[in-house]
Amino acid sequence: MFISKLMKTICTCTLIIITQIVAADDVSFGVNNPNLGKVLSAEYVDQVDFVVMPNGDGLPQGSGNAVSGKELFNVQCIACHGNEAKGGINGDLAGGHGTINGPLPKKTVGSYWPYATILFDYIRRAMPYQTPGTLTNDEIYALTAYILYLNDIVTEKEIMSSETLPRIIMPNSEGFVWAYSASE
Amino acid sequence: MKKLTENMNFTAKNGLLDRRFFLKAGLGVGGGLLSASAIGSEGKDRFPWMKQPGSGMGESGPSNFESHIKRDSVGTQPGTTGSGASRTPIEHLDGIITPSRLHFERHHSGIPEIDPDQHRLIIHGLVERPLSFSLESLARYQHTSNIQFLECSGNSGGNMMAPQPLQRKASDLHGLVSCSEWGGIPLKVLLEEAGVKPEGKWIVASGSDAAMMSRSVPIEKIMDDAIIATHQNGEPLRPSNGYPMRLFLPGWEGNACVKWLRTIKVTSGPSMTKDETSKYSDLRDDGIAELFTFPMGVKSVITSPSVGLNFAGAGIYQVKGIAWSGSGKIKTVELSADGGNTWAEALLDQHVLSKSLTRFRSAWNWDGTPATIMSRAIDEKGNVQPSRESWFVGRAKNTFYHFNAIQTWAINSAGEVSNVYL
Ligand code: HEC
Repeated sequence: MFISKLMKTICTCTLIIITQIVAADDVSFGVNNPNLGKVLSAEYVDQVDFVVMPNGDGLPQGSGNAVSGKELFNVQCIACHGNEAKGGINGDLAGGHGTINGPLPKKTVGSYWPYATILFDYIRRAMPYQTPGTLTNDEIYALTAYILYLNDIVTEKEIMSSETLPRIIMPNSEGFVWAYSASE
Repeated sequence: MKKLTENMNFTAKNGLLDRRFFLKAGLGVGGGLLSASAIGSEGKDRFPWMKQPGSGMGESGPSNFESHIKRDSVGTQPGTTGSGASRTPIEHLDGIITPSRLHFERHHSGIPEIDPDQHRLIIHGLVERPLSFSLESLARYQHTSNIQFLECSGNSGGNMMAPQPLQRKASDLHGLVSCSEWGGIPLKVLLEEAGVKPEGKWIVASGSDAAMMSRSVPIEKIMDDAIIATHQNGEPLRPSNGYPMRLFLPGWEGNACVKWLRTIKVTSGPSMTKDETSKYSDLRDDGIAELFTFPMGVKSVITSPSVGLNFAGAGIYQVKGIAWSGSGKIKTVELSADGGNTWAEALLDQHVLSKSLTRFRSAWNWDGTPATIMSRAIDEKGNVQPSRESWFVGRAKNTFYHFNAIQTWAINSAGEVSNVYL
């Protein structure tokens, strides 16, 4: 079907082109795909892969707790997110517990977020706002621990790591359904 | 004027003219006399700009007399310059294409300046071969182009959240929607080259802005009609729209169309990023939030008249606006000038395209008394744009994504237009 359409439109097409297309019944090679992707090494992929999954896949080595997290927060984050992550200019990261099915839902990490892993993923990608990419993995785990601590989800000394973070059950973890379902 | 009264039986109540009226009346337009000819000299008139050659060829922008038409109500989070939005001045535009310089913006950490020679598109995760593509190599793949809208799912949220209607321009209220000819490469082709493993059911797309914006998208959509967009309205993407490349998902919420696209990881499920959980999730009134509410609902808005575009006394006025649906083509747009009691069909411009803005028009013989005017779009799947009241059913009181309710404008006897809730 593809070939006859091609023949109709390009009547001058040569035998060589036809044999190439016929040979490539694998769609990954043909006139629309010159196959120019450069195969990457595992090390390269690891350097550009920031994805963290709710089951912990993608979380790196390292650890931290709320004690060191508090110190970091008060230097790196407090200006925009406020003391104890409340009342800052860029939105509260703590509080609002129990408001989600009330008349005025207040969405924060503690009241709304479904997974604790999102904190690590997002802080590593985007925070602190002015200088993203400057925190070590230990620091990100510590900040994650501190924000969870401020939401009464972990204790002050509890260590956050690739082991412990995915196991945390967030207060609102049951509060979500998927609007999308695959049509199979 | 005779023709007008003859056809008055085609109107909905309160002076709104049905599209059938235009089809008949359109024929009678005669060519009037041209104004003064530019050729004559003695006894003939010339404007000053007809008395000397104009400026030369090359770079040129819009007319200096139209410099007020620009991106509107630019806002950013306190303490930042790049976490905010700007809006398309929809009340000043016509047709369906949004000029690229006027396309709305929503960024989360500013617009990066990306060197195209250093930029790579990387496909990895659950694939046979992780691959990297330079812009140069992508240019050798078959491209496609389509005219399609892009809408932020927070568009029109002000009309949902504000207890009293905000007296703001159409652009302030509804300007987070634009429409372009998007050109690029079907992402399916690149994923097939990498070889998606059977467990690969989603992708996680990440941008190379400072926020590394990331969203998870089901692979079904990717294989259906997603493209790696490199062109917008014929030219390479503007930096504010993702230069040198962005993900474009026809009909789906703008936030998922990740700009400055760098990596695509094929995964078994969604990553649950901050912008698909904390944000861009839709809370219901039972306290449960819906994730992955991707398609944009059927919607329309009258852009003229609208707040700031007032009427100057009774008579005939052109009514126009835009309609769109994330589910396909617009089938009809209906207009009412009597609070929704009677409706007249609007005329649709020639290009009625799937997941695109559609331009609708009508004329209104306004009698100078206070009135309301509103539009209601219906798409080819039979989806009907809801009233504000029915949109609220089942939703939490302060969730504002995907608000697609009918917009009503009121006109008082002085011809002033205001935003009202009906
Ligand atoms: C210069 C101000 C600024 C600083 C400093 C800052 N942030 Fe932020 N933060 C923001 C802004 C703005 C956003 C919203 C970004 C967007 O639009 O997506 C945000 C969002 C967040 C969120 C997501 C909130 C939600 O409910 O979705 C988290 C978590 C966060 N910041 C953590 C941190 C941490 C941890 C630090 C310190 C390491 C930090 N931020 C430093 C400005 C800042």
